[in-house]
Amino acid sequence: MREKLLKILKLILPYIAIAVSILVYYKVGDNGKQKQMAHPYYIYFITLIGVLLLIAQIVSIFYSDIRDKVEYKTPFYTGVIVFLLVLNTITTKTTLHPTLYFPSLDRVIGLLVESRAFLFKNVLDSLKLLLTGFLWGGSVGFFTGVALGHSKKVAYWLTPVTKVIGPIPTTAWIPLALSVFATTHSANVFLIAFAVWFPVTLMTSSGIQSIANVNFEVARTLGASTIYQIVHVAIPAAMPSIFLGLFYGTVSSFATLMAVEMNGNSSGIGWYISWQKSVMLYDGVYAGLIIIAAICSLTLTLLFKVRDKVLVWQKGVIKW
Amino acid sequence: MVGELLIENVVKKFDSVTALNGLDLKVKSGSFVSLIGPSGCGKSTLLRIIGGLDKATSGKVYLDDNEITGPGSDRGFAFQASNLFAWLTVEQNIAFGLKARHIYEEHKDDVQEYIKMAGLVGFEKSYPHQLSGGMQQRASLARALVGHPSVLLLDEPLGALDAFTRMKLQDDILDIWKKNNMTMIMVTHDVDEAIYMSDQVVVMSSRPSKIEEIIDIDLPRPRARAQDTFGEYRTRILNVLDLGGKVSDVEYYL
Repeated sequence: MREKLLKILKLILPYIAIAVSILVYYKVGDNGKQKQMAHPYYIYFITLIGVLLLIAQIVSIFYSDIRDKVEYKTPFYTGVIVFLLVLNTITTKTTLHPTLYFPSLDRVIGLLVESRAFLFKNVLDSLKLLLTGFLWGGSVGFFTGVALGHSKKVAYWLTPVTKVIGPIPTTAWIPLALSVFATTHSANVFLIAFAVWFPVTLMTSSGIQSIANVNFEVARTLGASTIYQIVHVAIPAAMPSIFLGLFYGTVSSFATLMAVEMNGNSSGIGWYISWQKSVMLYDGVYAGLIIIAAICSLTLTLLFKVRDKVLVWQKGVIKW
Repeated sequence: MVGELLIENVVKKFDSVTALNGLDLKVKSGSFVSLIGPSGCGKSTLLRIIGGLDKATSGKVYLDDNEITGPGSDRGFAFQASNLFAWLTVEQNIAFGLKARHIYEEHKDDVQEYIKMAGLVGFEKSYPHQLSGGMQQRASLARALVGHPSVLLLDEPLGALDAFTRMKLQDDILDIWKKNNMTMIMVTHDVDEAIYMSDQVVVMSSRPSKIEEIIDIDLPRPRARAQDTFGEYRTRILNVLDLGGKVSDVEYYL
C-alpha cells in the first residue's frame, strides 16, 4: 500500500512541480529588471514538458514494454522542472545578481523561438563547415593511419612528423591558416580537418599495429593479396580503435569550430555567440550555448549509433 | 595423386640460433604424418616453411615438383587457436579464402557443404565469440579446407581444447582426411594423438634439431583408442625422445 502510494506520488510529482512553477511565476513579485517578453515562453516550455510526459505515461499504461522506462525517467523530469524553477526564481524574483549576465528563462527560450529562422541559418552554416572539415580530416586521417599502420617505410618517415605536428593545438594554427589560405572558409575547413585528422590517424595506425600477426598469416594461407589483407583484415580489425579516433576527432572538431567561428568568421553559431556577447545580449549567448550543446550531443549520439551498427561483432556492449 | 611433399636439406636460422639443421623428409601423397618432439625442436618452424609463412635459410621444399616460395591455396593451414576473424560471421569466415581469390561465385555451394560438414548448420550468421571452442576450431578447419588444398598443415590445432572435444575433433579430422584423399601433416605434443591419427610419426629432437626417427604406424583403421599395440609405439617414441622412464641425467626439475 505504502509502496503503491509512493509510486503514484513519483508519477504525479512533475505535475505538482509544474503547478508550483506556474504559481511562483504569476504570484510572486518580479524584480522588474528583466526585459518583458510578448509571451510567457518559460511557462509554455514547462507545460510542453508536462504534456509530453503525460502522453508518455498514458501510452505506457497500454504498452508495458515502455512502462519501466517512463517510470524510471519521470523523476528526472521532475528534477528538470525544479531546476528551471530555481533558475527562474533567482533571475526574475531576486536581485542577488547582475541581471545583464543572467537573463530570465522567458528571454532565452523566447529568443530561440523568435529568432529561429536566423539561428537556423547559422546552425546550417556551422554544420556545413563542421561536416566539410570532418569529412576531409576523417578521410585523410583514415588513409594516413592505414598507411602508417601497415607500411614500416611510411611509418619511418611519417611517424615523427605526425608526433611533432599532431599534438599542436589546432587553435595555434589559426593565424597561420588565415594568412596562408585564400579564403577564411578554406582556412576554417583546414583547421577543423586538422583537428579531426590527428586523432583519427593516431588511433587508426595504432589499431592496425596492435592486430595479432596471426590474423595476417591466416589471410595469407587463404590466398589473400596484400590489398585484400588491408581492406578485409587490417581495417575491420582496427575498427574499434578507429571509432575511438573518430570520437576524439569529433570532440576536438567542436572546439575548433567554436574557435574559428569566434575568430574572424561572419556566420555560424560560434560567431553568433561572440557577436551577442559583444553587444551585451546575454540571452543570445545562452541560446547559442544551448544550440551547441544540442548539436554536439546529437552528433555524438549519431556517431555511437553508427559504431554500434558497424561493431555488432564485438563481444558485449561498450558503455559510454 | 597430388599432395606429395619433398623436403630437401632445409636449414632455418634465426639470427645465431639454428632452428632446423639440414632436414630431409619425404611425405607420400595422401598420407597422415605427425611431427612430434620437445619444444624448440623446430617442428612448427618446419610446418611454417612448408606453409610458406617462413622462408628457409637454405634448402628447398617441393609440393608435387613445384618449389614452395610462399603461401598458396594448395596448402591449407590450421593454427593452434582457431583464429577466426572476429568481425566476420561463421559463413563469411569460411568463405574468406574463396572471396580473396575471387572464385567465390563458382564455389558458393562448397561453403554450404563445409558448414554442414563442420556441424555448423544454424550458426552461419553467428560471430566467433558466440561459438564454443570446439565449434570455433571446426569452423577454422572448414575455412582451411573449403578451397580444396592438397595438403593440410595442422599446427597443434587441438592443443587448446578439452579432452572430449579433442577426441571428437581428432575423428572429424580423420574423416575429412579419408573423404578428401589429402595429405595431412600435423604438429603435436601428444604421443597418443600422433599414434592414433598418423601413418607415420616423425620424431624430432632439439639441439641440434634433427629427425631422430620416422616410425610407421602399421595399425588398421579405424583405430581404437584403447588398443594394446598403442603401448609398443608409445614406448618406442618415448625412448627416441629419451623420456622412456630412466631416471638418469636429470638436468633440471621444472
